[in-house]
This record gives sequence, structure tokens and C-alpha cells, in this order.
Amino acid sequence: MTAVEHYLGQFARLKATLPGRRLPWLAKRREAALAAFAGQGFPTLRDEDWKYTSVARIEKGGFGLSPRAETAASTVSADAIEALVLPGTQRLVFVDGRYAPSLSSADPLPAGVTVASLAAMLECDPERLHPWLDRPRRDAAAGFAALNAAYMADGAYLHLAAGAVLERPLHVLFIAREANLATHSRNLVVAEPGSRACIVEHHAALGATGYFTNVTTDIVIGQDAMIEHYKLQEESTTAFHIAAVNADLAQGSRFASSSFALGGALARADITVGLNAEGAECTLDGLYMADGHQHMDHHTRIDHARPRGTSREFYKGVLSGAARAVFNGKVVVHADAQKSDAAQTNRNLLLSDHAEIDTKPQLEIWADDVKCSHGATVGQLDTEQIFYLRSRGIDAQAARAILTYAFAAEMVERMPLAPLRARLEWLLRGRLPQVVQP
Amino acid sequence: MLEISNLHVGIEAGKTLQPILRGIDLVVKAGEVHAVMGPNGSGKSTLAQVLAGRDSYTVTAGDVRYLGGNLFDLPPEERAREGIFLAFQYPVEIPGVANIYLLKAALNAQRMHRGEPELDAVDFLALIKGQLKRMGMDEALLYRPVNQGFSGGEKKRNEILQMAVLEPRLAILDETDSGLDIDALKVVADGVQSMRSPERAIILVTHYQRLLDYIVPDQVHVLSQGRIARSGGPELALELERRGYAWVDGDQVAASRAEAGSQRGAGA
Repeated sequence: MTAVEHYLGQFARLKATLPGRRLPWLAKRREAALAAFAGQGFPTLRDEDWKYTSVARIEKGGFGLSPRAETAASTVSADAIEALVLPGTQRLVFVDGRYAPSLSSADPLPAGVTVASLAAMLECDPERLHPWLDRPRRDAAAGFAALNAAYMADGAYLHLAAGAVLERPLHVLFIAREANLATHSRNLVVAEPGSRACIVEHHAALGATGYFTNVTTDIVIGQDAMIEHYKLQEESTTAFHIAAVNADLAQGSRFASSSFALGGALARADITVGLNAEGAECTLDGLYMADGHQHMDHHTRIDHARPRGTSREFYKGVLSGAARAVFNGKVVVHADAQKSDAAQTNRNLLLSDHAEIDTKPQLEIWADDVKCSHGATVGQLDTEQIFYLRSRGIDAQAARAILTYAFAAEMVERMPLAPLRARLEWLLRGRLPQVVQP
Repeated sequence: MLEISNLHVGIEAGKTLQPILRGIDLVVKAGEVHAVMGPNGSGKSTLAQVLAGRDSYTVTAGDVRYLGGNLFDLPPEERAREGIFLAFQYPVEIPGVANIYLLKAALNAQRMHRGEPELDAVDFLALIKGQLKRMGMDEALLYRPVNQGFSGGEKKRNEILQMAVLEPRLAILDETDSGLDIDALKVVADGVQSMRSPERAIILVTHYQRLLDYIVPDQVHVLSQGRIARSGGPELALELERRGYAWVDGDQVAASRAEAGSQRGAGA
């Protein structure tokens, strides 16, 4: 049996257990997605977007597709996730892809804000989701997105009514417990005009190995609304992580994305932003740190579709051991998008002769009155700086760790959300133990 | 404290080794201040860097004893912990590393090496603030990245601040006076002068005599073409100021010719 057949066969068995099974429109969407996946299969190195990232290990993974009862959320104690909690946030926890109410917070929400599990919404109020889940997908061409659309089981749903403000950030925490399990999660954020919220999408493992996370986050941002989406990927280094973030921006709206990738044997993030109306703005920050044999891939695409859009992108990478990373940043300025302003930077630090980075800025400009810039650098630690630190009594290994920390910390310092920044600093120190507490 | 004997140092230039120091002999005792002067390219900065452990140079002959041991056995960080401090001619900018972090890490590395407990934040800050005041430096500079965005004068003061905090046994100041206006020069010179002590040796590498108006050295050495062309007391610096470097360079050219001539003679 081929890998594709495995997913097709399991679907027939599991579809009756997937949320919203009684909704004809959803069943149709799932079947159509499955058919699309059957047609395309997994991406290969021949696909331009997957040229440097082989997913053969995922294809051959033979993952389980429904979590076993004994690893269910009820077996996870609040203490076990203590280290992952971000103080001062509203929390929504998913264990092996299923909502875990006992671990989530039940604080009252401000007027006009709905926070729920997607599966629960499909059971109790599916019509609110109907327009967003029952629409043709821009990313339909990628096999993983189709697989996600067919199998999606749960995820976070956040709805902001016009003018609603969620002051406490929403922490969406995905915890992997079961080895060799595939989860297909879908998050949906709908921000009506003038609303504002901050979401942290966080992926971590509690002992699980060799599992596969396939997650899609759709964000719809209404006129003059503002959404911050911060992602922290600290999966097991034996896990596979395929993630998509799709943001659609209306007039005068803003989207701030940060992506911190630290875990996974193979981790791929596709971030797609549509500046679909005048005066929309986005910032995309990212940091990937790969060691050992980790492979990390970020593909971003920003479409300036209408005039006076602004995009700022800044990604940094630190690669050691025999790690490999890919950064592909595509910016398309459409003919209609005069006065667009786009800037993109990607800086990489290679700490070993065996590490490798493929970085590719891609600018496609069809308008004539625009301001666009891009730059990519790949470098090593500065020998002058190392000598300076050593001449002050700091040993060579610590000097290299301090300089590596400083390189990566620039991205951490840009993180405005304090509890997440603290978590990132802690993770960074864990990676570079020679850096002493300041 | 420091004994340099017949030190030859070169730098790789393509496939060949370009000689820079061609037989330096120098003895520096505790409590002494030595000025090493010389024109550009005479090798005085190379000497300072080699003593601190810069590995871009190759030592081809000779040796250096420091506190009775072979200096070249120690990596740069060990030299620093054993009390050698180099004030850089061009202090290096380190984005992302706060000045105070470097100071504290450096001091604690040294204290650990000596078997002393690390200083806690409160004691460290008290120490640092006293020194900062003496150097006429703004406290804000502590929290800025090391040397980044510092003016030329601020960088040089920052080197002296580090020296004052680390209290080296042997301080080597590589053209710390260059690029300073007269007020900054005075602050830096006062900082160095206050470090003079019977236990400490100081080597001042300088192009100009003016620093020596403030810090009167015990001995002055003039480098030319990789050798010490002349040594003497403080009056040598004044004579050099009057007569210019061409005076010692002339001597060296004559010496080189004589050497080349004798080698030819020996080969014939």
C-alpha cells in the first residue's frame, strides 16, 4: 500500500468520527480535498516550492490517524504543562490535536469576542463557520493543505465582532503526547472591522516522538483591524511539522507575524499574506535555529494586490551541526498596487562547515511606482569579535556562544509580548548554555 | 614580569611569510612603565597583539616569558586571566552584547580563575559606577552594545574602564591616545596614571610623544623595521619628537645594509 492509499483508506474508516460529520457542505469539502490529495500526493523535489525540502520521511511515516484514548487530554495534568504556560494569557490547549478543556482557561471574555474549539463550534453553531470553511482555498495546490482540509479534527476558533478588543493574548497550545501520530489541526481567526487581538500558536511535545503535525491557520482581518500572530514551534527534534498561515487583509488593516522555529526533525512553515485592499500593512519576523540533522524551511509570500500596502520582513537563521535550512521570501507587487512599500531581509549565521542554508528572496514587481528592497546574507562569527572577548578572559567556546546568542537575541528582543519573550530567552539559553545569566 | 627574547613574527601574505618583527629583546619589570614608539609599520601594534594572543600572526623565532612561564603556551583567555590586558587600538563593536555584560563576564572569568567567588550584581554595579565616574563616562554606556555607536573617545575610555575593572598585572595600551582630543587624552592619561603601582607593569604603544607628557615612562624604546632601534629614558621621546622618525629609520637602513653586506661576505 502506498502512503497516499494509507490516507485514503483510513479516511473511509475515520470520516464518521470527524467533527461536523452531519454537515453536508463540510463532508463535500472533505471529500473534494481528499480527491485533490489523491491526485497530487506528497510534494517532491521536482516541485519548485519543495526543491530543497524532501518530505520522503513524512511520506514513509505510516502515522496513526486517530489518537488513542489512553493518551487523551484527561491524562495530562496541569503541572505537566506548567513550563509551557504563558502567564497573563487566555489559554486554549489541544492534546494530540483534540481540545483539552481541563487544561484551558475559562476566564470571562470581553463583549464581542468568541473563543472556542473548532470541533465544538462545528457541533453547536456550524453556520458561523460555514462561510470560512466552505470556500475554495488558495493553497489547494499543496498536498499537505489538501490533507489538512480532509482530515481537520480541531483547532482554535477566535471571532472578534466589529470593534471588539481581546486585551489578554490568546495562547493556543498544541501538545503532542502520542508517538507516531499524525494530527491535522485548523485554526480560524475572523477579525471584523476595527477589532484587535494577539494570538500565540505554540507547538510542543510531552514525551512524544516521531509524530507529525499538519496545521493550518487561517486569519481574516477586516477593515482597520489588527491581528498579531506569534508562533513558537518547539516540537520534538524527532517530529515532523508542516504548517501554513494564511492571512487576508482588508483596507487599512494590520497583521504582525512572528515565527520562531526551534524544534522538529523536519519543519516547514508557509506564511502567505494577501494585502488585498488599500493601505494594508504587515510585518513578518522570524528566527530559525537548527542543529544536528534538523531541516527547517520557511516559505513566505506577500501579495501586494492593491495600492499603498506596506510589508516588512525580517528573518534570521542560526545553523550548526549538519543542519539545513531554507528561506524563500516571495513578494509580488501586482499591477494595481502602486505606491507599495516592501522590504525584506534574511540573515544567516553558519556555525559549522556541515550546515547549509538555501536562501532566496524573490521579488516580482508589476507596478511602476513602488519602493522595494531585499537582501540576504550568510556569514560566520566574526573572528575580531571572538578575539576581543577572549582577550578579556572569556574562553573561546563561551565567546562563540555569546556572539551566537547576540545574533539570535535581536529577533527575540523584537517580540513585544513579554511572557513569550521570556520563554524564548529561556529556550535560547538552553541552546547556548555557555552564556551566563546577565 | 615580561621577558621578550629575539622575537621574530611574520604574517602570511599569499604563500610567503612577511616578516614584521625581526628580533625584539625587551625586559619589563613590575612597577615599570615602558613606552614603545615607532613610525607606522614599524611593528609596534603587532608586538602588542602578539602579546595578547592574536593568532593571525606567526611567531617564527624567539620566546616570551611571562611571570616565569612560556607566554605562548597560553591561549588569549588564559593570558587575560593571568593578568594581561590589551587596550585595543581599534576597540571592536559587538552588536547585541551589552557593555555591562562583557565587563561582568570578564571580571568573573578572572575571579573564578583566581578561585575567588563571583561578584554579585549589587557589588559589581557599585564597583563599576565608581570607575565610570572617574572616567567621566555616562552610565547609559553600560547598557549599550559593546562599543557600538560609541564615539572614538568613548571607545578609548571604555578600554580604560575595562582595564580599571580588571586590574591587570601587565597592561598593554595600543595607541590609546590616537584620535583623542586634548580633554579626552587627559582623562585617559589620568586613568592610566592612577593604575601605576609597584605590582603592575604598563606598556604604552604610541606614535606621538604627547601622551608621555602626562604619563612619564621609565623607559622608552623606539621600533623601526621590526627591531628596537634605540632605548633610553623619557628624554629619548623628546629627542624623537624633535628629530623625527627619519632619524632612527636612517640608523636601521644603515644597519640592514651592514647586515646584508656581512651575509654576502660570509657566503662568498
